[in-house]
Amino acid sequence: MNLAAESRTCFTQDVTEAPLAAPLNVGFDYTRSTGPVLGRFVNALRDHRIEGIRGSDGRVHVPPVEYDPVTAEALTEFVPVGTEGTVVSWSWCAVPLEGQPLDRPFAWALVRLDGADTAMLHAVDAGTPEKIHSGQRVRVRWAGETVGHIRDIAYFLPVEAQDTTPTAPTPPVADRAEGAPVSVIITPVHLRYEHSVSPEESRYLRGLAEGKLIGQRCPACHKVYIPPRGACPTDGVPTTDEVELPDTGTVTTFCIVNVPFLGQRLKPPYVAAYILLDGADIAFQHLVLGCDAADVRMGMRVRAAWKPRDEWWTSLENINHFEPTGEPDAAYETYAHHL
Amino acid sequence: MPDVAVAGFAQAPHVRKTPGTTNGVEMLVPIFAEVFAKTGLSKQDIGFWCSGSSDYLAGRAFSFIAAVDAIGAFPPIHESHVEMDAAWALYEAWLKIRMGEVETALVYGFGKSSAGQLRRVLALQLDPYVVTPLWPDSIALAGIQARLGLEAGLWSEKDMAEVAARDGRDVADLLDTPYFADPLRAHDIAPITDGAAVVILSTVERARDIVEHPAVITGIEHRVDSPVLGARDLTRSPSTEAAAKALDTDGVEIAELHAPFTHQELILRTALGLDEQVKINPSGGALAANPMFSAGLARIGEAAQRIHTGEARKALAHATSGPVLQQNLVAVLEAR
Repeated sequence: MNLAAESRTCFTQDVTEAPLAAPLNVGFDYTRSTGPVLGRFVNALRDHRIEGIRGSDGRVHVPPVEYDPVTAEALTEFVPVGTEGTVVSWSWCAVPLEGQPLDRPFAWALVRLDGADTAMLHAVDAGTPEKIHSGQRVRVRWAGETVGHIRDIAYFLPVEAQDTTPTAPTPPVADRAEGAPVSVIITPVHLRYEHSVSPEESRYLRGLAEGKLIGQRCPACHKVYIPPRGACPTDGVPTTDEVELPDTGTVTTFCIVNVPFLGQRLKPPYVAAYILLDGADIAFQHLVLGCDAADVRMGMRVRAAWKPRDEWWTSLENINHFEPTGEPDAAYETYAHHL
Repeated sequence: MPDVAVAGFAQAPHVRKTPGTTNGVEMLVPIFAEVFAKTGLSKQDIGFWCSGSSDYLAGRAFSFIAAVDAIGAFPPIHESHVEMDAAWALYEAWLKIRMGEVETALVYGFGKSSAGQLRRVLALQLDPYVVTPLWPDSIALAGIQARLGLEAGLWSEKDMAEVAARDGRDVADLLDTPYFADPLRAHDIAPITDGAAVVILSTVERARDIVEHPAVITGIEHRVDSPVLGARDLTRSPSTEAAAKALDTDGVEIAELHAPFTHQELILRTALGLDEQVKINPSGGALAANPMFSAGLARIGEAAQRIHTGEARKALAHATSGPVLQQNLVAVLEAR
C-alpha cells in the first residue's frame, strides 16, 4: 500500500468539512501451486498444446477440473484437444479494464475447443461486435512468450482473421530448478480504491496538520477518544464534544522491537509503546526514542517530538516520536484501567 | 425446535457514493437505532449478531471488525460474520435460534461498492487459476449468460426490457438505447450502490410481542452450483430450483428476487415456478438498488415487511452470491 506517498498530494487542507479521502492502491502477486491437474494444463500451454480432462460422465472439460463438477470424483484421464474451437456465447467489451487480455475493444467468449465438451472463458480479438457471432470458428493466438499460465493463450482470433499484436505483458514466473516443470503460477492483483476517513477522524487529521491533537468525547460514556470515532466501541454512537489534548502522556505498555521486517524504518532495537495522552481515555501506539530501549518502562512520562512545521500534513507522522520528559513516573493506578 | 420469524427490518438510503468509511459505521449506526426504535428492543436484548460484508470491497483487512464498533459491543457480544451477502448471515442466525441457543438475533450487511471498481473487484470471486487471471468483469459474464438465453429463444431483449420497465419506463424507449456490453443495455444492469441493511430475527413467540404480524420463516434453503462456468447450463439456475423444491412455495403472493441483471430475474422466475399471479419485486429489487452484501438480506427484509403490514400473507425472498447466480438462497415467509 502506498497510501502515504499518494495521499500527501490528495488530502486537501481547505476549510470544507467534507471527510478526507485519498487513493488506496493495493497490490499483491498471488502465488499458487498448481497440483497435478492444473500443472499438466499450464505446462502443456507452455508448449502450445491444450489438454482437457475426462469427467465422470465422459464429458471433456477444458480447462481441466480436478474434481468432477457433478460427482466430485477426482479426475485423472487427460485428453488432448484442439487449438481451434467454436464460440458458444459472447459479450462485447467496448472499454477494456485494467488487466484484461486486450487493451482494445474485444469480445469475452465461451469457446468450446475441438474435442472438448465444455467451453472455456477467454477473449476474442474480433475488432468490432459485427465480426463475432455464436458458432464462429476461432483459433488460439499464443502469447509471444509462453511461461505456463492461462495467459499463455493471449486471446482467440477468428480462424480466417489476420494475426494481431498482443497487448498484455507476460505474467511473472516463479523461480524453479533448471528443466523442472512449472508448478507455481503467479497472478498479480492490483486494485484501486478511494479510502475515506470518517467525519470524526477528518477533524483529528486536519487538527494534526495544524499541530493540534484533537480528541472527542463519547456522549454516552464520556470517555475521550483520540482519534475520535464514528462509533464509540462501547456505546455504538459517534463521539461528539471536541477536546484538544496536550502532547504529553504516559507509557501504559510497550514492546522492544528486535526483529527486522520488510519496510522497517528504524534499526532495531527500538521501542513501540502505547501512549495515553493526558486527558485521553484510550492509548495509541507510537515510538519512544531519546533514551535507551532498556530504560523505557510502564508509567514513564513522555512528550511528543514534532517534526519541523513545514513537514506537517494530515498525519500522526507529524509527531516523529515521543521522548521522556524526565518527570517522575505516573502511579500505576492512574493508567491501570487503560491497559 | 422453535420457529423463527423476522421481527424487524431497516435499511440505509441507497446512494451511488457514500462519503462514509468502508467499514460501514456511518450507515449502520442510524439503521441499528431505527430497528431498535421500531422493535422496542435494545442491544442487550440481542442474543446473537451476524454480518455479511467483504474486505475486497473495502480494500482493507478486517473491515468487518471495525464495523462491530457500530454495535457498541460492551459487554462482549456473541458475534459472527460471513464473507457473503448477509442473507447467509441470516441463515446462520436462523440456525442459532432453531438450535435453541438464542431467542433473538440481529443480522446486518453493508458495503461501499463505490470505494473500488466493483466490476473488477468481483473478478476475484472466480477460479483463481484459469479465470480470475483474465480479469473478466461481472458485466461481461452476465452478458455471456444473457446471450445464451437469447439465442436459445428462452427470452428476448424485449422480455429483459420489460423487467426493467416495471419502474414505469417505456419498453420501446429502453430498447432504443445503445448496448453497454452487447447484449446488455444499461437498464439490464443493476446500479452500483452503497448501502446497508439490518434484520432482527427472533422466536415466533418473542416476535408476537414485537410486531403485530410476525413474518414466520416457514422454510429457508440454500444451494450452490459448480464454480466451473463452462460446466454449468447458465440459462438455468439448478441451485435455485433445488432450494425451491425443498420448500412449500404454493400460494406465494409476492416474491423479492435478488437479480442484479434483468435476464437473471427471468431465470429465477422460471426456477422458482412463479406465475403471473405473483407480484415480483414490489421494492424494485436489485435493479433499483444493489448494495453489495446487503441486497440479498434486504430482499428478506422487504418481503417480511409486506407481511408485517398485512399486505401479504405469504411471501418468497431470494438472495444470490457469487458469479452469474452461482449460489442461491430461498426463504418462505408467512403470517401465522
